Amino acid sequence: MPHSNNSVMGTTLPTISLSHLDELWFQVSGTLCNLTCNHCFISCSPTNNNFGFLSLAAVHASLQQSVTLGVKGYYFTGGEPFLNPEMTAILIATLKYGPATVLTNATVLKQDWIDALVAASRASRYSLEFRVSIDGFDAATNDPIRGAGTFARARAGVQQLVKAGFLPIITATRTWPQGNDRTVLANFIKTLKEAGYDRPRIKLLPALQIGAEIQRSRGYTDAQRVTSEMLDGFDNSQFVCEHARIVTDRGVHVCPILIEEPDSLLGTDLQQATQADYAITHGACLTCYQYGAICSNSSLGLTSGDS
Amino acid sequence: MTTQIALFGGVYSNYLALEAAITDARARGISDLYCLGDLGAFGPFPDRVFPILQRHNVQCIQGNYDDSIGNDLDNCQCGYTAERDNYYANISYLYTQQHTSADNKAFLRQLPRTRIIQVEQTQILLCHGSPRKLNEFLWESTSPDHFLEPFFSQHAVDVIAVTHTGIKWQRQLPSGLFVNVGVLGRPENDGTTNVWYTILEMSGSKTSVEFVPVEYDYQQLAQDMQNEQLPSEFIDTINTGWWTTCLEVLPQKERISGKH
Ligand code: SF4
Ligand code: SF4
Repeated sequence: MPHSNNSVMGTTLPTISLSHLDELWFQVSGTLCNLTCNHCFISCSPTNNNFGFLSLAAVHASLQQSVTLGVKGYYFTGGEPFLNPEMTAILIATLKYGPATVLTNATVLKQDWIDALVAASRASRYSLEFRVSIDGFDAATNDPIRGAGTFARARAGVQQLVKAGFLPIITATRTWPQGNDRTVLANFIKTLKEAGYDRPRIKLLPALQIGAEIQRSRGYTDAQRVTSEMLDGFDNSQFVCEHARIVTDRGVHVCPILIEEPDSLLGTDLQQATQADYAITHGACLTCYQYGAICSNSSLGLTSGDS
Repeated sequence: MTTQIALFGGVYSNYLALEAAITDARARGISDLYCLGDLGAFGPFPDRVFPILQRHNVQCIQGNYDDSIGNDLDNCQCGYTAERDNYYANISYLYTQQHTSADNKAFLRQLPRTRIIQVEQTQILLCHGSPRKLNEFLWESTSPDHFLEPFFSQHAVDVIAVTHTGIKWQRQLPSGLFVNVGVLGRPENDGTTNVWYTILEMSGSKTSVEFVPVEYDYQQLAQDMQNEQLPSEFIDTINTGWWTTCLEVLPQKERISGKH
């Protein structure tokens, strides 16, 4: 439930408390990525060292702490998680605790990592999910955003995963007018089926107008904010920050979207960070409000099966 | 003393499977029968399940569908997030809403959300989705032990029984036994046409679980559904045992073992 005791200059700020730590996220490769997508909401790149890697030992410590907090699932993001040399070991360790999801661009996957993950996934009672970001259904639509040659490489990565028995969730950020969703989706399905992925799971995501996306399109205006009135009767579980926290090499932040905002750092201790309320006063919070559940695995809006 | 009880998951208007499950449980001498909610959805003639439940004194709790139908809400609250899944969910919801009598809606409205029953020395919590949320999906592959454990002490029970996902599973935890009883409404995405119910056997302080396959006249159900012009995708599921809709909420492990 929102607490309404948070105010600035007489205005009540829309504030979200954590109901339960269902999702524990890890910024496992910091802001380091092999790609430099022009819509990346935390401007990751091969040279962005703002946030660093998390070690297996650090993740393990959080996993142990998560047991007492009753966490339901674990999520790994970056940057590109598989640039972290311990990524495979981290996922294998996590699958002993619960379900794991890794968000990857699928351009750097090595076959022996996949083989090890297949074995770990079979040995675990929990699901291992791959979420693969591809932003267009062909090189002409994807590569201007993600970089030359990335479509072919990601497609090969998806094929590797499918061959290994995974059903990767393809996530595409909407850089086209929303009215084109159905056409875009149909093209995605066609491309993926042609690549041998015969029952593709696809999730279309709204663009977050922060980070590199500000240059590609635009940022949020000061008026584009969630107000406390807008939360009246609203299902707050739609906000990731209502049931999640993310660990980075600096500490624990409110959500995977806002790690670069200084006020997102809620402390160094997970337990402490679950108790902090958060005023959702950033532009990106409005996108969460409008689209809901943007970080969850289950498909949002249009999906692969749409006719 | 040893006592058995029968737990039925979502019925989804499958009156034929409900009758078959009750007959099976009765033949085993089980007198206490419970249903964990979602009496309507998916299948034909929603009013048909009510007299059967009442005649056999099946004690029901409320599922999300029952809450929605009973209170004439605008959707089924199944918790789907994909447009295609919601498209089909909406077809069955409108059909069920239109074909459920006012008396049966009143019955659905007054059902309790959860129930704790004592059998022998065992306290059993019955709920629909999860102990904390009516429509939470508790899949085997996404429910860690440490996530489930606290529910036992929070509710002071030894056994927790849920349904909602459509796929049965059980896990013995240090604090108690967790069981998803499966559903009677549709087969469980394994290519067989039977559905499932669950028997709990309490002996002293020990509880054991038996999942019981239920064969029923699925061809009749498919025929009824066709006559009622329900979507052919639903009928395919009844005839083949593979889910064709509502797939996007499935985690990797549960999805890969299905066909679609
Ligand atoms: S969007 Fe993903 S793949 Fe692209 S630069 Fe950012 S982190 Fe890397
Ligand atoms: S960006 Fe979204 S998840 Fe993050 S604090 Fe704002 S509302 Fe919450």
